Amino acid sequence: MNGFWAILARDLHLARAESGGALLAVQFFALGVLLFPLGLGPEPGMLSRLGGGLLAVMALLATLLALDRLFQQDHEDGTLDLLRTSPAPLWTVALGKALAHWLLTGGPIILVAPLLGIVLQMSWPAIGGLLAALALGTPTLSLVGAIGASATIGARRSGVLLALLVLPLYIPVLIFMSGTVTAAETGLAFGAHVSILGALLLLSLVLAPWAAAVALRQIGE
Amino acid sequence: MAPGDGFSFQFRARGLAGARGARWLFEGLDLDLAPGDCLVITGSNGTGKTTLLRILAGLLAAEEGRVEWQPEPPGEMVRLHYLGHHNSVKGALTVGANLGFWRRLAGGSDAAAMARATALFGLDDLLDLPARVLSAGQKRRLALARLVAVPAPLWLLDEPTTALDTASGEAFAAAVAAHRAQGGMAVIATHRDLGFEATHRLRMGVTE
Repeated sequence: MNGFWAILARDLHLARAESGGALLAVQFFALGVLLFPLGLGPEPGMLSRLGGGLLAVMALLATLLALDRLFQQDHEDGTLDLLRTSPAPLWTVALGKALAHWLLTGGPIILVAPLLGIVLQMSWPAIGGLLAALALGTPTLSLVGAIGASATIGARRSGVLLALLVLPLYIPVLIFMSGTVTAAETGLAFGAHVSILGALLLLSLVLAPWAAAVALRQIGE
Repeated sequence: MAPGDGFSFQFRARGLAGARGARWLFEGLDLDLAPGDCLVITGSNGTGKTTLLRILAGLLAAEEGRVEWQPEPPGEMVRLHYLGHHNSVKGALTVGANLGFWRRLAGGSDAAAMARATALFGLDDLLDLPARVLSAGQKRRLALARLVAVPAPLWLLDEPTTALDTASGEAFAAAVAAHRAQGGMAVIATHRDLGFEATHRLRMGVTE
């Protein structure tokens, strides 16, 4: 697991050294969510009805925002060559990258989401459901994103390509995240939604580092 | 992989063929490297020096042929260093943090090798500086220090002396000599006089 710890520590260290850049995703998330009350108007009940879905979609877009730099920088400065020739298995590198990405995007998003829920007049049970959904959903987004980021390394306009590649894969996570919030809000049991989100997380935890490693191995210049 | 023990690996390539796009650069290329060997590759631009080095490093698939180790190094060991045109240096991290990351990635190496590397390439006074403020030559020295800080039996170097001043060029020659004395092997693509004798020479782009 040398590769995993080395990459995780370095990416977090880099994020701190390049101060500001790391928290852009959560700033985008908060700002984007705050635009909706302004755009939709103050009609009572509407924001609280839309809130869960809104926050889920914004979390997904904010995750995407930080993804295209995930491997691109390492590719450009030659670090990826170093990672590929090192004895560390590439799946540990991909897993470390995905975890660092989650800690810098998903983590802060979960922290500010309750505040934004209050701003959108969501009920307390809905906010509780939202937290459960984000806690299980955002790591999946980072892991699946790592596959897309590794597959688009070196491509021209890789940012756009990455979005086209990854967004369809995000659909199941989105559906069950907003499903969790809706169920929690209406007082229905949301255990089934949460279980499926958990299953998606476990599945991506096993498959995504492996798939990303396959993509990293294929890179040729 | 403790330094001082020395390496006793042989590295062979058989029938290598490389292409860039649709153009074949070389084919039927055989290499035999024994401990202490140093191969210098010369040839004009575009003759496939970088392609060959990347194939040897396993970064690029060969069109034909294969490379093999004798004996096969253990899986957790750093087999080779590939140093291409890029230095793999992160500008936002300090010189020390860059070296520390490489060391952790390799599974940790002894502090003595690290101290030897920074002393040899004159980095001791620069350790706390962010790497982005280094000059091109200093960045190259940092990249070269990786070779010494993390021991590996095979060095694959692409124009390693780019941007180096005379003193650093001599430090590099000393590093290669120490590496070879320990049973290490080196393949170096260059246009310049490196200041030491190679055991093998390969000229690319010439049909024999």
